[in-house]
Amino acid sequence: MFHWLEKNPFFFAVAVFVVIAFAGLIEILPNFAQASRPVIGTKPYTTLELAGRHVYIKNSCNACHSQLIRPFKSETDRYGHYSLSGEYAYDRPFLWGSKRTGPDLMRVGNYRTTDWHENHMKDPAAVVPGSIMPAYTWMFKNTADIDTAYAEQLTVMKAFAVPYNKELPMADGSKATVALADTVEGARASALEEAKVIAADMKDQDVKDAVTAGQVPEIVALIAYLNSLK
Amino acid sequence: MENRPLEYDYTVAKWFMLSTIVLGIVGMLVGVILAWEMAFPAVNTIAGSGLAEYTNFSRLRPLHTDAVIFGFTLSGIFSTWYYIGQRVLKVSMAESKFLMFLGKLHFALYLLVVVAVVGSLLLGITTSKEYAEFEWPIDIAVVVVWVTWGMGIFGLIGIRREKSLYISIWYYIATFLGIAMLYLFNNMEIPTYFASGGIGAWYHSVSMYSGTNDALVQWWYGHNAVAFGFTVPIVAMIYYFLPKESGQAVYSYKLSLLAFWGLMFVYLWAGGHHLLFSTVPDWMQTMGSVFSVVLILPSWGSAINMLLTMKGEWQQVAASPLIKFMVLASTFYMFSTLEGPIQAIKSVNALAHFTDWIVGHVHDGTLGWVGFMIMAALFHMAPRIFKREIYSKSLMGTQFWIQTLGVVLYFTSMWIAGITQGMMWRAHDEFGNLAYSFIDTVAVLHPYFTIRAVGGTLYLVGMFLFAYNMYKTMTSSRRVEESELQNASPMGA
Repeated sequence: MFHWLEKNPFFFAVAVFVVIAFAGLIEILPNFAQASRPVIGTKPYTTLELAGRHVYIKNSCNACHSQLIRPFKSETDRYGHYSLSGEYAYDRPFLWGSKRTGPDLMRVGNYRTTDWHENHMKDPAAVVPGSIMPAYTWMFKNTADIDTAYAEQLTVMKAFAVPYNKELPMADGSKATVALADTVEGARASALEEAKVIAADMKDQDVKDAVTAGQVPEIVALIAYLNSLK
Repeated sequence: MENRPLEYDYTVAKWFMLSTIVLGIVGMLVGVILAWEMAFPAVNTIAGSGLAEYTNFSRLRPLHTDAVIFGFTLSGIFSTWYYIGQRVLKVSMAESKFLMFLGKLHFALYLLVVVAVVGSLLLGITTSKEYAEFEWPIDIAVVVVWVTWGMGIFGLIGIRREKSLYISIWYYIATFLGIAMLYLFNNMEIPTYFASGGIGAWYHSVSMYSGTNDALVQWWYGHNAVAFGFTVPIVAMIYYFLPKESGQAVYSYKLSLLAFWGLMFVYLWAGGHHLLFSTVPDWMQTMGSVFSVVLILPSWGSAINMLLTMKGEWQQVAASPLIKFMVLASTFYMFSTLEGPIQAIKSVNALAHFTDWIVGHVHDGTLGWVGFMIMAALFHMAPRIFKREIYSKSLMGTQFWIQTLGVVLYFTSMWIAGITQGMMWRAHDEFGNLAYSFIDTVAVLHPYFTIRAVGGTLYLVGMFLFAYNMYKTMTSSRRVEESELQNASPMGA
């Protein structure tokens, strides 16, 4: 049979394709629907948080920081409860990372504050002596892309029925709603409102001035995102 | 006329040869910068704090991986295809104007994509998925480049004179099909600009998979991009170049059959080993782990077949630096495909995952196996393409030893770094509390990061020697006759 295949490139290619496609079908398909269901307490990102997530991706934070707590005592001691599949239901793309040059950030919102992040992003080694993380000073100057975040929210709401403007069950039995504006102007306004809350806890005068002038610096969006990781 | 040897047309092979060298230097230079940044963070702002956004570790890291994978390695794969393809199919590109046009178009489009990738990654336009960072416009361009190459492959096969496909051709076909399938499915994404009716950045997209599913598809892709980018086409090269250069027949045809079909079947299952102890179902993790261990068989099948091809001819290893490169490549292949399965065992992975040991594993495979094999292939092709002898044998030998030392420093330091950090993360004191804060586990790595940076720099120095040797070979080396080009490549002192 192999001799015959070697003389018939078309059937050879078909045979190769069948053999390599097999594993993907068996491993990936069966669990697809199950894995994408959110657990109780999981909320979709707000416009500002999503813009911050884009800043995180733009700077490849995931190259050094994981967002995946494995079920070992040493990891739950250090980072909190181990990760559950449903907690990632609204993560597109996933940001598990593959290398921990820095610590895991899956639940960083539980133990770090706006103030801590501001100081740390400006000069990591001043906050954590010995840190090899570079400073991210340009995030204090660049403006976050709120429009693109809003476009992504609209897209996932339409295409994947992500529940914006819907009551969601929370872990403590209460209900929560993540509002999504009807227009891009509305989205900019609500992102700015969120940004004002973050900027109030910050010291950098340029950032405060920018937010007062109606701009959202990247650092504000990023901190909103990091604070949402719980 | 019938007995006159075919005049092969190496135009496209030559162009890709140049891009292999240039992109290799670029990708490895970025890698070396990254290595020094980890050892000495001040290097992050080496071009001034104004440009720090474009020189800091995180912005450059995807540029390094993509430049060496899709720049250096892929160029090498294309270059060797446009050389080997004609020779084993016994047909010249010059015989078909259409195939010649396709080949040139392939190169031109490829260069355009390279420019787009470098620009967009520096600007931070990325999907974040490793080795699939490109946004949708580039993804579409990549598909076009790939289809152009595929049409070239099957076009050449269509007009072949040699009816039986040689082993290398099997592997090139598999490379084409495998990457096509993986790339398409992993990059399923919706452009948000169009879906939202014209809001925001036009190039932005959102993945069609979320969370755990996204991770599963990504590592099915990520692991097998290694399979079909770093293993399959490199095996295609060694199956052609080692027998050619040494003048020895491939040791066992049956072993090559077993290794090929075994590799095709087993490799795709192993992606799950990137997700051990994550939130993907346990049975998938176990499958990934088990198949990773099984993967030793087909991998070693090819590698042993190559080493046994040298049976009785080991004096050639001492005599020829070109054979040295290939034999060491094959040895590193065995080494790396044993190390990988060990890391895929769950209890080992619990320690190794997220540490530098993984980085070490990647680099003993890529620097030792992929890099050495591609450079050996270029060395073997150069005299036949340019009709000149390799400029300097001693320079080649020097390069070999410098780079070997570089690789050894690289992976040994990363082993120690990875295992040290993994052990420190999990260490508890007598009261059951964590023994070390995270920063303790970073500070301890400084010496190993420095050794690694030295190792990487040595490898880069070797790359420059390689580029110089190749440049001299192309331009000013002694001309050789067809009769000198039988087996062992002619080399100057």
